[in-house]
Amino acid sequence: MAGETRNIRVKIDNVSKVFNSRNGDMVALQNVSLDIEDNEFVCVVGPSGCGKSTLLNIIAGLLAPTSGAVYCDGKEIKGTGTERGVVFQQYALFPWLTVKRNVMFALEMRGIKGKAAAKEAMSYLEMVDLEKFADHFPKELSGGMKQRVAIARAYAADPEVLLMDEPFGALDAQTRTQLQTELLNTWEKEKKTCFFITHDVEEAIILSQRVVIMSARPGRIKDIVEVDIPYPRTQETRMTPEFMERKNYIWAQVYQEYLEVRK
Amino acid sequence: MQKNGKRDSQNNKISSPMWLFLSFMTAMVLWYILSIIPATSRAFPNVIIVLENIKIMIDRGVLFKDIGSSLISVSAGYGLGFIIALPVAILMAWYRPIRNIIDPWIQFVRNIPPLAYVPLIVIAAGVGRKPQIIVITIATFLVMCVTIYQGVKNVDETLIKAARVLGAKDKDIFIRVIAPATLPFILTALRLGSSVALTTLIAAESTGAFAGLGMRIRSLNNSFESAPMLLYIILIGILGISIEKLIRFLESRLTSWQEKREI
Repeated sequence: MAGETRNIRVKIDNVSKVFNSRNGDMVALQNVSLDIEDNEFVCVVGPSGCGKSTLLNIIAGLLAPTSGAVYCDGKEIKGTGTERGVVFQQYALFPWLTVKRNVMFALEMRGIKGKAAAKEAMSYLEMVDLEKFADHFPKELSGGMKQRVAIARAYAADPEVLLMDEPFGALDAQTRTQLQTELLNTWEKEKKTCFFITHDVEEAIILSQRVVIMSARPGRIKDIVEVDIPYPRTQETRMTPEFMERKNYIWAQVYQEYLEVRK
Repeated sequence: MQKNGKRDSQNNKISSPMWLFLSFMTAMVLWYILSIIPATSRAFPNVIIVLENIKIMIDRGVLFKDIGSSLISVSAGYGLGFIIALPVAILMAWYRPIRNIIDPWIQFVRNIPPLAYVPLIVIAAGVGRKPQIIVITIATFLVMCVTIYQGVKNVDETLIKAARVLGAKDKDIFIRVIAPATLPFILTALRLGSSVALTTLIAAESTGAFAGLGMRIRSLNNSFESAPMLLYIILIGILGISIEKLIRFLESRLTSWQEKREI
């Protein structure tokens, strides 16, 4: 990572976001700047209310910043775009479509129709090991399986940047660990720029090359920690001193913010 | 717990058609009792007398005319009510000014029994078919509009966001997200509307109708003919339950993807 110059895929330039409400203005983000390189995996951690989801929504184009701008490949983001895919915490699968049709939705929006879409959808389902559930409805799947479908669907849209908003937050610890491993495998096979939000410090370290720590109210970048542990990372990585050291450091920082919020 | 399970399994030995039959037979027994108690026998003649009245009413040349006339009024009013309710509900859900103006009207009129404003409609629209259809249209519109509005308003925001980040345009979102997400509410609206259409029938046909189930019940009331009255009342009940069963069947076919079933 260090040394050589790589392409900046996403540039967050001095972004602030203020929400106006009856109880006065709430500054969700204040002067946030961050460059995300091509194929980089960045995690954002911070206490709830630190504006990390707001930041993700701004990059996705679902929210507009109050001031500042976000650029993707040098172009200012003015709305949603298929070069930026999103995986939501609540899965956001269309309940009236089967698993396969959910993935096909993404393909059809790209103009791939009919049999070609069906065939390609199956290959994305194979990627997440769910080809056997192609004709099931979302309600028949567990939370972990639903999120795997959502990841397959996000990949099917073939974005350059994958934005993930606490995607494993609603899952039990075991499923979460499993999905982390799967996500890493997928990312290593088919590299994408990943912007991943979590409140789980271990998750952030095991996945990413850089962990961005945010402070609460107003949301600012407090610190950025490089995680130069080589991939492929496994569950054993969690036992290494490099991992532990970073975990303790980041935890201390996040905990401090948590105490700030409680005041 | 175990006790309940045991009781349930005992109850399960009786199949549901059998339960329906038992329910029907119990009703017949109760009816028979009512027909032999002196105090109630005048109002509830026994089943044989009521069945004989089918032939009597056919011979008088009114039975089929009444059924036909009521069906025309009900279908026209119900159909019109739905055609108006659907776009109004969508506009109310999307545009706050429209909602703020129309919603109080709906809430206000909803609680007024149709029978109360029937004379005004007759003064305005004259006698005959027209006022009947207007009364049923108003009543069914009110209930269907409220239900569909709830449906459009409750469409999961995340699903719309998910579709948008996958590249869906407004048209795609309307056809492929909002329409299917609202479908369960539309079917519920149709079911509630059909029930209101029938319960409004008497009021609608008190507008100087020349035929109709509701009009006939009122005219038989004047001559104290309880047997054909009871026959007509039962006919309205059969009509209602048939429409409800049909819509329930559609619901089970079209909205089986839902996590929770509607009541």
